[in-house]
This record gives sequence, structure tokens and C-alpha cells, in this order.
Amino acid sequence: MLKLSEVQRALEARSIVGEDKLDREAESAFGADLMSDVLAFTRKKTLLLTGLTNVQVIRTADVSELSAIVFVRGKMPGTEILQVAKNCDIPVLLTKYTMFEACGILYKLGLPACPVKELKDE
Amino acid sequence: MEIKCEVPGNDFDRAGEASASIKKALQRLGVPADIVRRVAIGTYEGEMNALIHAGGGVIKAEITSNLTIITVKDKGPGIADVQQAMKEGFSTAPDYVRAMGFGAGMGLPNMMKCSDKFSINTVVNKGTKITMRFEHK
Repeated sequence: MLKLSEVQRALEARSIVGEDKLDREAESAFGADLMSDVLAFTRKKTLLLTGLTNVQVIRTADVSELSAIVFVRGKMPGTEILQVAKNCDIPVLLTKYTMFEACGILYKLGLPACPVKELKDE
Repeated sequence: MEIKCEVPGNDFDRAGEASASIKKALQRLGVPADIVRRVAIGTYEGEMNALIHAGGGVIKAEITSNLTIITVKDKGPGIADVQQAMKEGFSTAPDYVRAMGFGAGMGLPNMMKCSDKFSINTVVNKGTKITMRFEHK
């Protein structure tokens, strides 16, 4: 488990939405550009690392009750997308690291992979 | 309580609004959090499917104290081979949809996984109706 503030520090990330929610915890992490996989395999309180910056990333995080979103390789989503994140109460971080580097850094810090389980097993 | 939402066709920016509003309603009604999450994911998958494959549709949520029933109805092309469509990884979604992070062939199987009871009625060239039932326990 890692606090979002620890994630931010490790990834030298900018907090662009939900700066007041960095004491929230992520229990595990999932790296994907495929929202179909996020919807099918993640559990709540998962940290999502992604390079996709459309509004469906926020919608997916909202319905899946993820803890936060990290946009990798410095990709900045549009302001209307950030507004949706704000409305949905989802913290957003932005890191310059690539997906592989960002996942590696967090994994080394002890953040585990999201266990892939059937939804009803939760 | 009944909620009815239109799913606009091919408007990716608005997709997800129907499931978000149904999720909020369930939360307000005090439905257990893990059930709300399953309903929200299943409804969102249905919403994306109606948008991607059928040019939109209508989502209806019927909520009672111990049950939520979600129906997703469209007037799209229908599904010729339901068994094939239910297989994980099978998808007929175009490339632009895949570039947006969808069309991985996980939608229908995920809707079945999320819900306690899942049924699909489809007629080629007429449309598709998906029903998902969720017990509140």
C-alpha cells in the first residue's frame, strides 16, 4: 500500500487534480492503455497508470472506483477532461517517466500488482 | 424507482454519463458499495457497446430495495453469432475505437461476470437488448 503523496514523490509527479487528496492510499497498481482490461480486471483502490488521455479514462476510473490516475510520459490531458476528474473526485498525477519506468519505480517501492480476480470474488 | 437515460450515438465525450448518473442514484439510495461498483461497471460496458456498435440506445435502471435491473436497448445491427460475441477477446469494433482503449472483446463477458443474471436478446438488423440483474445482498 502506498499513499498518493509517496507515489507523487517517487515519480517526481505533478498533482494536477486533487492536491488535497494525496493522503489517499493505493492498495495496488495496474498499468494499461486498454480501458476494457481496466474494467474487467481491476479492483477498487487500484492506482491506474496510463498513457491514454481521453475522457473515458476518467469514466473508467470512476465506475471502477480506482484510487487515482497517473498519466505517464508527460502527456497532459485537456482541461475538460481534468474537469470531469474533479467532478468525479479522482486525483490525477502527471509524470515524465514512461509507463515501464513508472511501473518499475512503484513496484520497487513495494506497491503490488492488482490481483486479477473475478469481480464477484471481491 | 426507475431511471431512463439516452445513450448518444458516436459521442465519445459524453459516453459514461448514463452509468455515472445511475451509480449516483444507487449511492443515494444506500445500495451496498460493492453492488454499486458492479452495477456501474456493467452499465458502463453496456453504454460503450451501444455507442460503439449501434449508434446509441436507451438504458433503463429499475431499482427496488433488494434488486437492480439494468436494460440496455439499441436499434443497431444485432449480433449474428452470440456465442462468438460472448468469447473473451472477440470484437468487431473498428480501429478508432481500439485506439480509444475499447473494443478488446471484454465487454459482454464482463457484463456477465458483473451481474447475478445476464441475458441477451438480439435480432440481426433489428437490435439488441441486454438485461442485467443485481441482487442487493
